Amino acid sequence: MYTLAIILVMAAGAFLFSRQRAWALAGGRSSALHSRPSYHGWHAALLSGGPAILLVVLWFLFASPIVGAIVTAGLPEVVRSQPPGTLQFFMQDVQRLAAGLPLGREASPEAIEAADAYARAMLAGNWVFGVLGVLLAGWLGWLAYRKVDPQFRARNRVERWTDYILLSAAAVSVLITAGIVFSVLFESLRFFSMVSPIEFFFGLNWSPQTAIRADQVGSSGSFGAVPLITGTLLITCIAIFVAGPIGIMAAIWLSQYAPRRVRDVAKPLMEVLAGIPTVVYGFFAALTVAPFIRRVGEALGLNVASESALAAGMVMGIMIIPFVSSLSDDAIKAVPTALRDGSYGLGATKAETIQRVILPAALPGIIAGFLLAVSRAIGETMIVVMAAGLAANLTVNPFAAVTTVTVQIVTLLVGDQEFDSAKTLAAFALGLFLFAITLVLNVIALYILQRFRERYD
Amino acid sequence: MATAIKVNELPKTEVPAAQRPAPKMSARKVNLWYGQKQALFDVDLDVAKNSVVALIGPSGCGKSTFLRCLNRMNDTIDGCRTQGDIRLDDRDIYDRSVDVVQLRRQVGMVFQKPNPFPKSIYENVAYGPRIHGLAANKAEFDEIVETSLKGAGLWNEVADRLSQPGNSLSGGQQQRLCIARAIAVAPDVILMDEPCSALDPIATAKIEELIDELRQHFTICIVTHNMQQAARVSQKTAFFHLGKLIEFGDTDQIFTNPKQQMTQDYITGRFG
Repeated sequence: MYTLAIILVMAAGAFLFSRQRAWALAGGRSSALHSRPSYHGWHAALLSGGPAILLVVLWFLFASPIVGAIVTAGLPEVVRSQPPGTLQFFMQDVQRLAAGLPLGREASPEAIEAADAYARAMLAGNWVFGVLGVLLAGWLGWLAYRKVDPQFRARNRVERWTDYILLSAAAVSVLITAGIVFSVLFESLRFFSMVSPIEFFFGLNWSPQTAIRADQVGSSGSFGAVPLITGTLLITCIAIFVAGPIGIMAAIWLSQYAPRRVRDVAKPLMEVLAGIPTVVYGFFAALTVAPFIRRVGEALGLNVASESALAAGMVMGIMIIPFVSSLSDDAIKAVPTALRDGSYGLGATKAETIQRVILPAALPGIIAGFLLAVSRAIGETMIVVMAAGLAANLTVNPFAAVTTVTVQIVTLLVGDQEFDSAKTLAAFALGLFLFAITLVLNVIALYILQRFRERYD
Repeated sequence: MATAIKVNELPKTEVPAAQRPAPKMSARKVNLWYGQKQALFDVDLDVAKNSVVALIGPSGCGKSTFLRCLNRMNDTIDGCRTQGDIRLDDRDIYDRSVDVVQLRRQVGMVFQKPNPFPKSIYENVAYGPRIHGLAANKAEFDEIVETSLKGAGLWNEVADRLSQPGNSLSGGQQQRLCIARAIAVAPDVILMDEPCSALDPIATAKIEELIDELRQHFTICIVTHNMQQAARVSQKTAFFHLGKLIEFGDTDQIFTNPKQQMTQDYITGRFG
């Protein structure tokens, strides 16, 4: 940490001195320089700070495996010849001891000794790389300072640096996404080695109880995901039936009928709906909407479960109204005024213009908004956890309790679990499946949006 | 320049004022504000039946704004206020009893940029008749579409691809499609707001020819930046400057012998 602070101070110094030198060389007229003085400053700062910080950060990232390997190599033969799993446990103990954390049991003398070696190596490494980093920063800063010259193209260099920095930021997010996908993918493959994909995708029975001990009873475990998928689809359909009409009509009113002042207030208010935490929607669904539907259902002589798909779907629909209305509103407003005027100019009324010209022209955008809202609804967890229940019923009855993919992922992973049983691995398979669905929906939505943008001009 | 001007013939004999036919449209003391800013000042203008009136003037002079007063298109703009008396067949179009939708059926409009709807060529033309219920069955629609496209001189080019989208046509064809769309509802007056400004010279020549033919059946009011175009297609020309009507008269008189110095300066290219 101190090392980083020192390097940053040195980079700032390089910036100030180089800028100063550039000014001095230019004789106060920056037109005499190829690049403005602050570019010389930035060049020096980036050159001195960049590689040095990179070096130190790399050391932080890879210190413990490197040091671990060195320490392992220095262990007595008795310890080193243990099976890999035991050795791994041993090294974890060593690291905890080295960090001064309590072990919770008596540490072996070998472990204490190794921990000492570990801590010493770590400290030495920190010093070596800290000093190296500072020296590197100083040396490169000095080089950059010497390079300041009216002819020197500092601006081009700085622009290239900026390019790299932005690129690495983009690369980090892409790499993390890829990492998540691969980790889920590999766990799913492990799952599919225990349970056949055919059972998973076509099985009609979901009861993910596996035996922890071989002699346990009644826990054969069946992993048919179809009830979960139909449950998800049922709730999503209900949500769309709620959000679609309300969202689109609200968007039409906001963009075509609302007076400016009302619109300026109403639109942000509607978007507040999107800002409500889903957990709040969840207890709204479970405590207000579900009992209400139950009472209404009973009054009509229907058999309604206290946790019904209808309640969860309706509340989820309310949640995605802002998505639908906001994106539809954008799509409607993107329809050129020329088209609207053309229709008015022929004596069309407002309603005719909206119905026959504006909505057809905005349709791709509206559909794209819809799909984004759907993918949001499919991935939604909290509302369904609280309001839809856990029973994996294969039904399309909106008054029955159903469960969804997301709810099952939560229940599979909550509590103490071991990560090599089919039960927990099933969560990864479900997650991968969910991810694939929402990914496809998003891709379709983006594709439609892109086509739509090419329509005009 | 004067020799290059071809002026369409109108009866030159002076008719006593009392016997003169009432103008198709007439505007008196038209004032208009966009919010606080006044855009038109006391404009008086008559448009005679079956004639072409050209509105010319530098950018921002109010000629398009005035044109849009004639079918109340300015109503769709927030904060726009119109004052004065505009009559169509001696009926005040800003009267409470007037239905704006009906008015725009009678006074159609063609815009600066071709704006076909994202529908087929056929549906673009059938749009107006459909919303006004002008045809009872497919055969009648077909007939209206065909006569309108013929009227706009587009039939021969699109007869075999009526189901293709309107914006697959070229710019000039799109503009003629918009004209066909406008005449499909059989209006009395057609307003054209710089209909050729987005077109190449050949497409422009076609539209100009078309305007001359359309004059037989319709009354036309056209805004243009192109003074040769005004001279070629119109019988009367109105020169606007800074929201005021500076001069209004027969086109050949305006272009050969303007009464106002400002008009003279503008048409000879000294400003604007």
